[in-house]
Amino acid sequence: MSNSIIQVQNVSKSYWRDSLEVPVLNDISIDVHEGEFLGLMGPSGSGKTTLLNLIAGIDRPSRGNVIVGGIDITKLNESNLAKWRSRHIGFVFQFYNLLPVLTAFENVELPLLLTSLSKAERKKHVELSLDVVGLGDRIHHYPKQLSGGQEQRVAIARAIVTDPTLLVADEPTGDLDKRSAEEIMILLERLNTEFKKTIVMVTHDPRAAEKAKVVHHLDKGELS
Amino acid sequence: MKIFKLIFKNALRHKLRTFLTITGLAIAVLAFGVLRTVIDMWNEAVNAAPIDRLIVRQYVSYIFPLPYAHLSKIQKVPGVECVSYANWFQGVYKDKRNFFTRMAVDAETYFSVYDEFLISPDELAAFKQERNSCVVGSAIAEQYGFKIGDIIALEGDIYPGHWEFVIRGIYKGRDKATDVSQMVFHWTNVDERMRQEMPGRAGDVGWYIAKIKDESHAAPISEQIDAIFTNSGDATKTETERAFTQNFISGLNSLLTAMNFVSFVIIGIIMLVLGNTMIMSARERTREYAVFKTLGFSASHIVIIILGESLLIALLGAGLGVLLTYPVVSIIAALVPKGTFPYFFITPTTLILAAGAALLIGLAASIFPIQRALRTRIVDGLRFAG
Ligand SMILES: Nc1ncnc2c1ncn2[C@@H]1O[C@H](COP(=O)(O)OP(=O)(O)O)[C@@H](O)[C@H]1O
Ligand SMILES: [Mg+2]
Repeated sequence: MSNSIIQVQNVSKSYWRDSLEVPVLNDISIDVHEGEFLGLMGPSGSGKTTLLNLIAGIDRPSRGNVIVGGIDITKLNESNLAKWRSRHIGFVFQFYNLLPVLTAFENVELPLLLTSLSKAERKKHVELSLDVVGLGDRIHHYPKQLSGGQEQRVAIARAIVTDPTLLVADEPTGDLDKRSAEEIMILLERLNTEFKKTIVMVTHDPRAAEKAKVVHHLDKGELS
Repeated sequence: MKIFKLIFKNALRHKLRTFLTITGLAIAVLAFGVLRTVIDMWNEAVNAAPIDRLIVRQYVSYIFPLPYAHLSKIQKVPGVECVSYANWFQGVYKDKRNFFTRMAVDAETYFSVYDEFLISPDELAAFKQERNSCVVGSAIAEQYGFKIGDIIALEGDIYPGHWEFVIRGIYKGRDKATDVSQMVFHWTNVDERMRQEMPGRAGDVGWYIAKIKDESHAAPISEQIDAIFTNSGDATKTETERAFTQNFISGLNSLLTAMNFVSFVIIGIIMLVLGNTMIMSARERTREYAVFKTLGFSASHIVIIILGESLLIALLGAGLGVLLTYPVVSIIAALVPKGTFPYFFITPTTLILAAGAALLIGLAASIFPIQRALRTRIVDGLRFAG
């Protein structure tokens, strides 16, 4: 077991609803290796998104540790965790989550505003990322001028523009038609094989999961 | 791309909403500016009134006359430099709506006592010499196109009959606040006609104006003057011109207080208008703020984005409102009869208050949206559905 980039160690998570504890994840442990493409499957409500959020550092476990690239992110305070995310994690959401008032270029540039890159350097990175996702000719389009598949590709460009350690994707094809979904999966696969990106992807689409090298199943908060 | 560009794009996201908000702010700031200007003008009228001039009037009310015989007695009071006197003539010039001050005054002393009325020595001499002449202020000369040599005909009401006066002088104001909307003519001329037609009213003086040498002695001199006439049938009440003006205006004090109150209520309303817009926007953008945080943007970035938009809208609204205040105040100044206010202008205080209020409103309106955006946890924000 060499090169574990992510170690989820005995993680449990519950949410509180009106002073009622709702257990979501129960004593989960996973190791993800560098360069791996991990698929997380399971029925709706099984805790896939919650687990992904814990790995990506946008939520904290109730118990257990999450170690990414040697850093126990459960020990970081909010502002350090925010910095850590901006450096190490690229996010792809089911509903793209682009800012409607910004062009494709500006949306992809957004994470770079937190870096010390010059304007010219930012431009280079943004154009490169948009080229990788095949949207080099749409850089000044606004999200509403793009198809769902194209929007998701802009979102992927935004996720890779900072060259993060890890890409997390939460049902990236969940809102797309079959053909667009296929294209997105091919793109993610290429990012994994060609660009050596470690990817953790939540999906309940078996066709999408096919592209992943390893698939874990989650059911009622437990790995099966 | 800079964060400012994002603020700008956010503000323009709902163009109609932003337009309506800015217009609402502008109208409120305009109303605020106009109200403040009117209040300022009242106060200015009071403060412009000097304290080295005493007004001596009938003890009960200035509508009752004083005898001419008081003149020599007031002149003899130590500290009094020069005494003049006047009667409210009123009358109608062509139409009742042509309102401007018309008074019968002592031609010899009036312009010495009112040294802020600037008139050329030649014109003054011509006025003094000619019994049925008059002098008009530059504002009404301009308004009615009066020129030297013109004859102004008045239909008397307080002083019945047809009256004609030939213009021999036009005076200007020394200060911005100087009342340049008076028409004055010879008291002796009016008095002579009264002597013939209504002898009972001959020798009536409306009030005396005593210029004193040292304004710090205004109080004792006033007391001294009043003491002379205490037990005569024509007791007087003497006070500085400023106190006189103040008392005259004090009847309007409750109105002024109300206007003051309203002007600040307006500020409150603007705050609610903008606050509502900002809260609506922030709610719609819950998911976007969560995305910002996910990407690693800090609380201060979110504060800048929300506060910036709020301030941008507030300042645009206030700026537009202030720009509109100028023409609107000019229009009001043109509509209000000359002489109602000595002059009309927008004070720096009003501008500072409007700008300060805009900043405050921008700040206040963003408090709840910022609080909400910062308090929402990322996972909840991302799950938020419109
Ligand atoms: N932020 C949250 N607050 C409260 N309950 C939550 C929150 N996120 C998830 N849950 C609950 O946790 C359970 C698992 O949710 P989730 O991880 O989104 O499942 P999945 O992604 O597998 O559909 C669900 O019952 C959901 O209602
Ligand atoms: Mg989910």
